[in-house]
Amino acid sequence: MSKNKERLLSLIALVVLAFAINFAEKNLDNYTLRILNLGAIYTTLGVSLNLIFGFTGQFSLGHAGFMAIGAYTTSLFIMPPMYKEMSFIIEPLIWPLSVIQLPFVVALLLGGVLAAVAAIIIGLPVLRLRGDYLGIATLGFAEIIRVVSNNIPQVTNGALGLKGIPGYSNLWWTVGFAVLTIFVIKRLIASSYGRALMAIRENEIAAEAMGVNLTYHKVMSFTVSAFFAGIGGGLLASLLTTIDPRAFMFVMTFNVLIVVVIGGLGSITGTVMAAFLFNFFLEYLRPLEQGFNIGPLAFPEIPGLRMVTFSLLLLIVIIFKQDGLLGEIEFTWKGFFSFFDRFRSAEGGKM
Amino acid sequence: MAILKTDNITMRFGGLTAVDNFFVELEPGEIVGLIGPNGAGKTTVYNMITGIYTPTENKIYFEDEDITGYKPDKIAKLGIARTFQNIRLLDNLTVLDNIMIGTHLHLKSSLFSAILRLPGYTKEEDELYEKSMELLKRVDLDEYTNDKAGSLPYGKQRKLEIARALATDPRLLLLDEPAAGMNPQESAELVGFIRHIRDEFDVTIFLIEHDMKVVMDICERILVLDYGKTIAEGLPKEIKNNPEVIKAYLGVDLANA
Repeated sequence: MSKNKERLLSLIALVVLAFAINFAEKNLDNYTLRILNLGAIYTTLGVSLNLIFGFTGQFSLGHAGFMAIGAYTTSLFIMPPMYKEMSFIIEPLIWPLSVIQLPFVVALLLGGVLAAVAAIIIGLPVLRLRGDYLGIATLGFAEIIRVVSNNIPQVTNGALGLKGIPGYSNLWWTVGFAVLTIFVIKRLIASSYGRALMAIRENEIAAEAMGVNLTYHKVMSFTVSAFFAGIGGGLLASLLTTIDPRAFMFVMTFNVLIVVVIGGLGSITGTVMAAFLFNFFLEYLRPLEQGFNIGPLAFPEIPGLRMVTFSLLLLIVIIFKQDGLLGEIEFTWKGFFSFFDRFRSAEGGKM
Repeated sequence: MAILKTDNITMRFGGLTAVDNFFVELEPGEIVGLIGPNGAGKTTVYNMITGIYTPTENKIYFEDEDITGYKPDKIAKLGIARTFQNIRLLDNLTVLDNIMIGTHLHLKSSLFSAILRLPGYTKEEDELYEKSMELLKRVDLDEYTNDKAGSLPYGKQRKLEIARALATDPRLLLLDEPAAGMNPQESAELVGFIRHIRDEFDVTIFLIEHDMKVVMDICERILVLDYGKTIAEGLPKEIKNNPEVIKAYLGVDLANA
């Protein structure tokens, strides 16, 4: 299949997606829309974490930190000054944040850029570490961000958090940025730079001996990942319309990590599927926590049972299917059509 | 002008002197061997030349440039490529990708032009691809282009690692035990292959090897290391009969035996 034909098909798919979003926004109820929005945001978060963890092989647990930076930045720039004055009751918001109000997209991008800047500052020293040590150091970074946001009320309103954030996030924004994230990261991976990242994952010493500058490539991957995490955080803030430091505890990173591991390290298609499945199950498993009966056995109300279920699922994946839902299969148009061809020839055989 | 000169470099790990005053001067186009019993410090010499270690004392010069303390990737960019004693291929990537990663250091386009697929980048990417495919043909690995590197037979993996080193366009190639684990027929082929790449790719070759047949066949000059010290240097036939070398390898002094 020629490149042009594939491009055309992708374009058609985007148009179809646009119609689907248009339909969904008009016809679906808020509850379903919320789940779909979360799925799209988790796609952005998961694909970005996959870049640094799955493709570059650097065990980063700092995603919640970057999300917090993006979320606070976006919120502070889109909240109307009047709202800010009302909600900052401990200490007034510092000037000039107190008077600025920017369009949503600008605020989101700013959040991404700030998260990226933080990634460069953190990444330069921290990415020298390997494996578990890197995980712990990035986890520490995320905690620092959370603690700091708890303790500078003149910017973040402290533990009270921000309320009344304009709810601009809808499927257009969330899916739009998810598509952008996939587009950029897929292109990055398929370029010479992407091959260098995978070389680092496979064998750092060999990569360096072949002339791959480890510091540059690791920090680059970390920064791109953080940029999209920041945007994801901003989208989430505007979807939930309220954020506080507790929203960015380790659990947040862990959720994204579940999506990435279940979807498959190094699989973008798998991550997208896992992102939506995760959010659907998170909702549909709610009855689990309200107590239920299996025959004569009565299970009481156990808050948090959903997360236990996910942890179990994660264990099962790690033990039995380490490469995730789809393994190494990525969506391609060629694969898409050959799948249907096989289906058709199987049908034909039956007749 | 010597292509590589190590000016009496010494490497100490705590109290242990792994390499003691190692001196070598390589002329362009030479094939020089470095031999010695296990633990003699041969790989440490390699690791110093390629920047994995920085010598504790003295300097290394590549084409008269002082490269002591440079990072491995910078040294690779200058034109020194290496293979590893235990093969370090990117097992889960294809043979072609392995080679193309070797060409990455020549990429001039920025990250942004790569993501946006600007014409400058696509042109360069096409060039790297053509170059890699041509290299695979020249080393006769083109039938494996899309196979995973880890799935190749052992001998081919060794060959691929050498090809990957060649993809960086080196002027000096360091081969760390290229014949390790090969059967006699494979090592005979390897000897021909190494000569072939020296002539065709115009590289200087410095190799570590335990297989004496390979070493004696291929090297124009040999250095012998033992406990970090250079105990002999000369033509293959001189080395073969050098009593110090025999003592180092066999542990007996033939004169007294």
